Amino acid sequence: MITFTIDGYEVEGEEGQNVLEIALDKGFDIPHLCYHEALEPYGACRLCLVEVTRGNRTRLTTSCNYPVLEGISVQTSTEKVIRARRMVIELLLARCPDVPVVKDLAREYSVGRPRFKLDNDDCILCGLCERVCREVVGADAISFLGRGTDRKVGPPLEINPKACIACGACIYVCPTDCIKLEETEEERTIVRWGRTLPMKRCTVCGRSFAPWFQLEYFRTIAEGIPRDFWDKCPDCR
Amino acid sequence: MERIRSPRELEEIRQEILRGRDPDKPCITICSGTGCHAYGCERVTEAFRAELKKQGLEKRIDLRTTGCHGFCERGPVVLINPQKIFYQRVTPEDTAEIISETLLKKNVIERLLYIHPGTGERIVREDDVPFYKGQMRIIFGNNGKIDPRKIEDYIAIGGYSALSKVLTELSPEEIIDTIKRSGLRGRGGGGFPAGVKWESCRNAPGGKHYVICNADEGDPGAYMDRSLLEGNPHSVLEGMMIGAYAIGSDEGYIYVRHEYPLAVRNVGVAIDQVRECGLLGEDILGTGFNFDIKVNRGGGAFVCGESTALMASLEGQAGEPRAKHIHTVESGLWDKPTNLNNVETWANVPLIINKGVEWYTGIGTETSKGTKIFSLVGRVNNTGLVEVPMGMTLREIVYDIGGGVPGDGKLKAVQTGGPSGGCIPESLMDIPVDFDRLTEVGSMMGSGGMIVMDDTTCMVDIARYFLNFLKDESCGKCTTCRDGTRRMYEIVDAISQGEGREGDIELLEELSWVVAEASLCALGQTAPNPVMSTIRYFRDEYEAHIKDKRCPARVCKALITYVIDEEKCTACGRCKKVCPVEAISGEKKVPHRIDPEKCIRCGACITECKFDALEVV
Repeated sequence: MITFTIDGYEVEGEEGQNVLEIALDKGFDIPHLCYHEALEPYGACRLCLVEVTRGNRTRLTTSCNYPVLEGISVQTSTEKVIRARRMVIELLLARCPDVPVVKDLAREYSVGRPRFKLDNDDCILCGLCERVCREVVGADAISFLGRGTDRKVGPPLEINPKACIACGACIYVCPTDCIKLEETEEERTIVRWGRTLPMKRCTVCGRSFAPWFQLEYFRTIAEGIPRDFWDKCPDCR
Repeated sequence: MERIRSPRELEEIRQEILRGRDPDKPCITICSGTGCHAYGCERVTEAFRAELKKQGLEKRIDLRTTGCHGFCERGPVVLINPQKIFYQRVTPEDTAEIISETLLKKNVIERLLYIHPGTGERIVREDDVPFYKGQMRIIFGNNGKIDPRKIEDYIAIGGYSALSKVLTELSPEEIIDTIKRSGLRGRGGGGFPAGVKWESCRNAPGGKHYVICNADEGDPGAYMDRSLLEGNPHSVLEGMMIGAYAIGSDEGYIYVRHEYPLAVRNVGVAIDQVRECGLLGEDILGTGFNFDIKVNRGGGAFVCGESTALMASLEGQAGEPRAKHIHTVESGLWDKPTNLNNVETWANVPLIINKGVEWYTGIGTETSKGTKIFSLVGRVNNTGLVEVPMGMTLREIVYDIGGGVPGDGKLKAVQTGGPSGGCIPESLMDIPVDFDRLTEVGSMMGSGGMIVMDDTTCMVDIARYFLNFLKDESCGKCTTCRDGTRRMYEIVDAISQGEGREGDIELLEELSWVVAEASLCALGQTAPNPVMSTIRYFRDEYEAHIKDKRCPARVCKALITYVIDEEKCTACGRCKKVCPVEAISGEKKVPHRIDPEKCIRCGACITECKFDALEVV
């Protein structure tokens, strides 16, 4: 066990854990948009900033990718932390002025109208979609494209991503809700990636329930599950 | 070359090479560095070769093409040895005369000599040229002595003797201790003590260890690493081998920019040569030490010079940095302990081993030892690569070596440290250049870029230029760097367009603080430097742009107007002819006028006017 403090409270963690997951687990309020407990920390949004004192050095750092270390002291809401966090929110708000989750943060931190030119983006480039697709689903259908101000997420070459199984995990993790799904009895489309796949019908009740491709993909990678499991809808399994 | 099986054989081969060489034999040494290539040194070399053949002198006179000599301003540069006669701006037409006059009749050709800009004196020997005189070329000087594609040349000047020494006489711990005591600090920008890094890496558990040479030099205008790899690749390889032995590594990588084809080729040739003669590979010099080096070419992203991004790129992933709370010496390339140093740092290592700690620590300042190579460019008479002891003042570098500012210009600032460095004003020209002093004044050593600016340089425009570079070269991963640098650029760009608002300077300061404090890697953390240092030292220029809508240096196009002085204008019509947008009107014998609406402020008319009648206001 590794013992350290958060805002003066003594907490414990294990090697390999990060400061943010311990803090959230205990109920400390640290905003975050690019962190998800099921995924590798990435450190992109810079909202989970805290001040960490290690030895005699104190520095501002993101807590999601800061490993728990014996004896460190973490401060979650110093004047410095709040000041930096407010600017991060202002930058995000200028980028995505109409995204509810960013607007809520701005309200919470009393960030008014950004002092920068307003864009009209809906993606904060947190990379959760890219990570969930690669790390959890294993499809690796989308990635970051370009660099600097041209950076965006999309399928390779921005054409119909053949590796996408239209499972919708990216939609589930997206904090800004910028990936949309359209579904009929016949097909499902992940609008942002331009991927459309035909649906499969349940062999029991005949209802259309998931893309055929997705179910076949799961059938090949899932071990120890009866093969006909994927032919039935969740209600009939 | 045959296989070298032991330190003794290496010495024997060295002696054999030296016996076959006559130090007094005439030799035409032609700089074939990047700058001289641009000036056409290849044609000069061919002309010399043809001329020697024609006159039947191939056996009597050696012809050697070498790496960069540094004085790029005066290229193509030719050195006549052993007298070290320095000829500059040599053309293929000069070659026959050089051979017949200088090499055969021992006459100096006055026309090709360097003229001292102050005294007008013609200088014969390289060592007496002020550009070289003030330098201390312990690392870079060998470039002029060897053909980078001939391992014999490197061995002849003592090459691989440091490797031989460490493998037979020193334990890894002793080598690390030597490097630590030498005070060698990383030349790539951070200035971290190399010996401490090596020790941490050696002590890190994890089986396989890697060493990496960072040759992803990306600062605009900087080319010292390029020139070292091009001109003396073996010195870098030898440094890496010594480091690998000390750290306990058997595999190394050189990550070099794809845009440096000559460096890639020369280092590739050098690796083939050392592998062939057994200085690289298994059981090096019969000591049981195994080590090999692979070359990887970078795809052109500035951020890949950052160590973690470089390692990600080596692994085949996108070049994005990661947080370094766990240092790369513990978990780097493929999560293994990895020691990364820059080209120049590695090149220092054999020298320290050969000449000793005492000699090395005798050079430099209290906290920064040895020399540093700078690329001296911008508004300075002698542009080129200069190697000076740490602690030399900026003024000495700019005036004594660089020959000062050209024309009537007045020195305004020196920008050091590349795009994330800072601008140091004229009033601080007497600070000694070392890692800590540069940081103190708001700039940094970086990899050694040094851009001289005079009073025709607008500091707002400079900040804008570097921000534009940084916003494009940010990998885009973290909000503060990606959006922060972009917003800083937008604000500074607006200021230069005359659209600056009250409060912009304060907003820039606030933004700079956050980008510096909260960004993930060193690119973002240092990105505000150009803005911060120009605000710190040239705040009045920002204010003039914002409040008075005026560019004091008369650079920002939106804030300047070109006018014709009717008193001086002779109505010759030259400006009218040269204007690309037909903004100038006027009949014969009537002073001309410029339509400010049409004028694009290109400056063509100013260059063309013979009567000094054009003014920028």
